[in-house]
Amino acid sequence: MSDVIAPLADKDRIFTNVYGFQDWGIDAAMKRGDWDNTKALLEIGQDEIIERIKASGLRGRGGAGFPTGMKWSFMPKESKDGRPSFLVINADESEPGSCKDREIIRHDPHKLIEGALVAGFAMRARAAYIYIRGEFIYEAKVLFAAVEQAYEKGFLGKNACGSGYDFDVFVHRGAGAYICGEETAQIESLEGKKGQPRLKPPFPAGAGLYGCPTTVNNVESIAVSPTILRRGSEWFSSFGREGNRGTKLFQISGHVNKPCVVEESMGISFKELIDRHCGGIRGGWDNLLAVIPGGSSVPLVPAAQIMDAPMDFDGLKALGSGLGTAAVIVMDKSTDIVRAISRLSYFYKHESCGQCTPCREGTGWMWRVMERLRSGEADIGEIDMLQQVTKQVEGHTICALGDAAAWPIQGLIRHFRPEIERRINENKGSAPVMEAAE
Amino acid sequence: MADAVHIPDEAETRARWGNFAWTADNAEQAKKVIARYPAGRQQSAVMPLLDLAQRQVGAETQTQGWLPVPVMEYIADQLDMPYMRVYEVATFYTMYNLAPVGRYHVQVCGTTPCMLRGSDDVFSACKNKGLVKGGTTPDGLFTLTEVECLGACANAPMVQINDDNFEDLTYDSMSAILDDLASGKQPKIGPQIERQTSCPEGGPTTLREMVSENHDYRGQW
Repeated sequence: MSDVIAPLADKDRIFTNVYGFQDWGIDAAMKRGDWDNTKALLEIGQDEIIERIKASGLRGRGGAGFPTGMKWSFMPKESKDGRPSFLVINADESEPGSCKDREIIRHDPHKLIEGALVAGFAMRARAAYIYIRGEFIYEAKVLFAAVEQAYEKGFLGKNACGSGYDFDVFVHRGAGAYICGEETAQIESLEGKKGQPRLKPPFPAGAGLYGCPTTVNNVESIAVSPTILRRGSEWFSSFGREGNRGTKLFQISGHVNKPCVVEESMGISFKELIDRHCGGIRGGWDNLLAVIPGGSSVPLVPAAQIMDAPMDFDGLKALGSGLGTAAVIVMDKSTDIVRAISRLSYFYKHESCGQCTPCREGTGWMWRVMERLRSGEADIGEIDMLQQVTKQVEGHTICALGDAAAWPIQGLIRHFRPEIERRINENKGSAPVMEAAE
Repeated sequence: MADAVHIPDEAETRARWGNFAWTADNAEQAKKVIARYPAGRQQSAVMPLLDLAQRQVGAETQTQGWLPVPVMEYIADQLDMPYMRVYEVATFYTMYNLAPVGRYHVQVCGTTPCMLRGSDDVFSACKNKGLVKGGTTPDGLFTLTEVECLGACANAPMVQINDDNFEDLTYDSMSAILDDLASGKQPKIGPQIERQTSCPEGGPTTLREMVSENHDYRGQW
């Protein structure tokens, strides 16, 4: 953890219009470098594109951090039975804390659309479907219009960019279901069904959308790929630490002075990220209580441990948490930490698709116990019981929503057990001598 | 399910909506939507068509619309799928209203990132204006719903009203927005404080050239 990560220079930022100071339209985007001789990128060749993405060290930006190039390489090189292949781009950004894909789509949509062509070409897909969450109404309008602009210029459709390759991009709006961010649920939803995850295998690369080979990638993973090809794998892999390369959009919310979205080098320390871009912690660094570093699904990290931690996949894994989508939720000492986590439990209860019993019943059960812990009316023994139940939900469901519901609670118990016990004791009136309770 | 909506009586619904059909514009739009999916896979269009239908119902009733049973049946017919499959979709996704809502659908995010930044105050502002969670005001103007994360966390707390986001709210700015809407004025969309989208308040810490010109950084590569 001793590597020093230099701050990212503006020239190395991929999403230069992230705040939308300038027009998102295709002419302005081309002046910033998008769609610049895309034909030459395609001429690199399908296998070589995948090799270069592999060499860049890009790991999926949707949360799991699976190597993107490797994912693309799972797609069939030729169709033996005439089935086409599809690229599905996951823009169902719904993880509490995450708000990066929104900025890409509403302010730099052509990076995504160009990336769709490049990635779709590399994996030999016939078309890309961009699945955008239903609540992104303005963002979807921009995206529909941007796709139309790309068709008008001849960048998409038959003979896309003059490459001889035919490729279509379609936009599909969701309608409010967190679970559709899970890749197989997203495929179900695209097929016009309830978004309930499928059992794997078969994996989408074998049988996905309409039973055809499909790769599902996050918006950010796709949108960075043209720039990686233009500037070279070495350029991208020169940022961050071994196994955690590249630049990343961080989204900082909660108790910082200036919440924002910002692109930084992977592995930047938490303290530097906050001081440099967010104007510090509200009330100063001594006022920091805990941080959820990667969106609601990852366990929280107490202040002392997060301070100098590198913000990347392995650095946060070492702290028992994760980078997730790099949605950093900061909580200062004014936070009712049990309520904060209980509200997440409510979120998972609300969003459980209802397919697997441990999740459907467990998320509601865990939320109700969390509410008892919040008010202090629970019994001390319920803390361990809750911990046990989270272990029974975790790993026993088709998709990871069960795990995602369990981890924040486990993190709370691991780090804030004394606080939970204090509430219970106080409620019972058996607490040691204390100043007036609030 | 205690907070499940009260679905209107089916006989009345049929009397009112039994003859539902697309307007000319929407019929055209529906065709375009279906063409996005491969032949024989028209079921994929069910979500966009439900949204389109809800908007048409909204336009006809001067509200944000909802999905009466005959409307869902109409879509099932058009897509050649069983009604039950359409109903499953309509009940699974939260953006489809199964009961009528008001002219303004006030959807306040209450998930943790917004909660940390003061969504309680936003709810108080709503309550003070007579809005009740899960209900519509007697004048039919506002329906209040607590929703889960809407993906604008760096601009928390926020509310989505109809198709627009209002961000960086306080008790006062939320009250002002509701007042504006009630009196027929259009409040400013987006952040309610001096701030460009999700840029740090007070100006960017990066990419400052972009503020005033469409800067091309490739010269420095």
